[in-house]
Amino acid sequence: MNAVDMRGINQRYGSMTVLHDLDLTLEEGEVLGLFGHNGAGKTTSMKLILGLLAPSAGEVRVLGRAPNDPDVRRQLGYLPENVTFYPQLSGRETLRHFARLKSAPPKQVDELLEQVGLAHAAERRVKTYSKGMRQRLGLAQALLGEPRLLLLDEPTVGLDPIATGDLYELVDRLRQRGTSIILCSHVLPGVEAHINRAAILARGRLQAVGSLASLRREAGLPARIRASGVSQSERWQRRWSQAGHPTRLLGASSLEVVAVDGCKLMLLRELLGEGEPEDIEIQQPSLEDLYRFYMERAGDVRAEEGRA
Amino acid sequence: MNPIWHIARKELSDGLRNRWLLAISVLFALLAVGIAWFGAAASGQLGFTSIPATIASLASLATFLMPLIALLLAYDAIVGEDEGGTLMLLLTYPLGRGQILLGKFLGHGLILALATLIGFGGAMLAIAVLVKDIQLGLLLWAFGRFMLSSTLLGWVFLALAYVLSSKAGEKSTAAGLALGVWFLFVLVFDLALLALLVLSEGRLSPELLPWLLLLNPTDVYRLINLSGFEGGGSAMGVLSLGSDLPLPGAALWLCLLLWAGASLLLAYRVFKRRSV
Repeated sequence: MNAVDMRGINQRYGSMTVLHDLDLTLEEGEVLGLFGHNGAGKTTSMKLILGLLAPSAGEVRVLGRAPNDPDVRRQLGYLPENVTFYPQLSGRETLRHFARLKSAPPKQVDELLEQVGLAHAAERRVKTYSKGMRQRLGLAQALLGEPRLLLLDEPTVGLDPIATGDLYELVDRLRQRGTSIILCSHVLPGVEAHINRAAILARGRLQAVGSLASLRREAGLPARIRASGVSQSERWQRRWSQAGHPTRLLGASSLEVVAVDGCKLMLLRELLGEGEPEDIEIQQPSLEDLYRFYMERAGDVRAEEGRA
Repeated sequence: MNPIWHIARKELSDGLRNRWLLAISVLFALLAVGIAWFGAAASGQLGFTSIPATIASLASLATFLMPLIALLLAYDAIVGEDEGGTLMLLLTYPLGRGQILLGKFLGHGLILALATLIGFGGAMLAIAVLVKDIQLGLLLWAFGRFMLSSTLLGWVFLALAYVLSSKAGEKSTAAGLALGVWFLFVLVFDLALLALLVLSEGRLSPELLPWLLLLNPTDVYRLINLSGFEGGGSAMGVLSLGSDLPLPGAALWLCLLLWAGASLLLAYRVFKRRSV
């Protein structure tokens, strides 16, 4: 059974279609990154999974049931974008309230406060919390009742680098425990090591979905090889440029060559065999590069947004 | 335990925390005691006059006050949660919209009931202790009826507030609508009815007119509290129509209950259609 099954989803608001023929699945114990520009349909997809919206066409199944089934909701954790709580309640009171609503054991409240690093502020009113603290309280709220499916909408917004690292560590731990996670974000750096698959949405259409390796293969984006301490770097540049490998010099004895698919190992062999470089750095296309590639392929999204 | 109760519990503790309960109770107690002792000051008397006169004055005051307090307490119940961002979160929890609404109603309803009991009940105790030769039975009966019907009136307006709160897109809209509803039922309705009486010059069937009073919960409330006393000639204005109403007292209670139930049902339907 898949944790989430979305088949042939179309979502319309009035005459505007915000999701076109979306097919998306999340396996149990998998972490899926959902990426896209503002208005791409990320939040709408989340709302469909949460059962807050009914699709105009198509079917959504969550943990094998209808998404608004109370049994599903008891096993589901959700961190909304820009989460807010009742300002007059303290952190602990807030979590207690939500724990009761979810029938989660009360002792989890203090454990979770400890886990997200809010134990020292548990008695303070949420009104006095910083954005990062609210975000962490939101995360604790999402983890109430040990959910089997976790939806995180922009979880790292407002978090400092250390808290972001902690969050990703937590995601890894939860994945090991078998929790299925959808992580919605437009902060790309740092996230790639923590997801199994990425899905890229643009203008309401799924542009690509798959593991990073398969997306790289599909996109055919080149790797970049940087070598430093190469003697006669100009000669290398001429030779490779003539052979069709775009090469540029970086200072006196360093250069960068773009290795279009399949050429990477050949170029490295040549370089190591004859060039005797001091150091070599290989840059695989990052998630950001892939994202940019698929966005550009989807058309000029910015122009579209400008008109909207 | 039941999610309805968890929601109610939060509303109740909010009511304690922001001192709503305390403020309403004190207000009720002060007004009741003030009216009991100084209500007859206009006619040159000081001190407690009679139970019917006290209840009549209290009821006409509560007619204004109770709806206002109930609307103030509940106008932001739904739209406030929506603006605060917690409504969407609540809706992803294993509880239905009906349960959220009922929980709020239970919590707010308890606040109103407690405030009525503490405030007016306290005044009743003061009268029982301080006034000599009071008919305790009559006092208890009259005040009991008054407190129960006041609470019920408050509940009707709580439910009406939820309708507005579920409909309105912004808190300020809901507040404006709440004031409008208050104005309509407390002031405009009776004036309109009077105008209708005068303008129709008796052409309207006299059997029909009294029934129109049932379309206004505050009039039903006043009818409940003015009836049942010896020499009930104290009815004034449109309420004198009520004496022509061929209805037993129980039907008036039922009518008030119906108002609360129907408004709550309407609120649920409106809330169900609300998108988050």
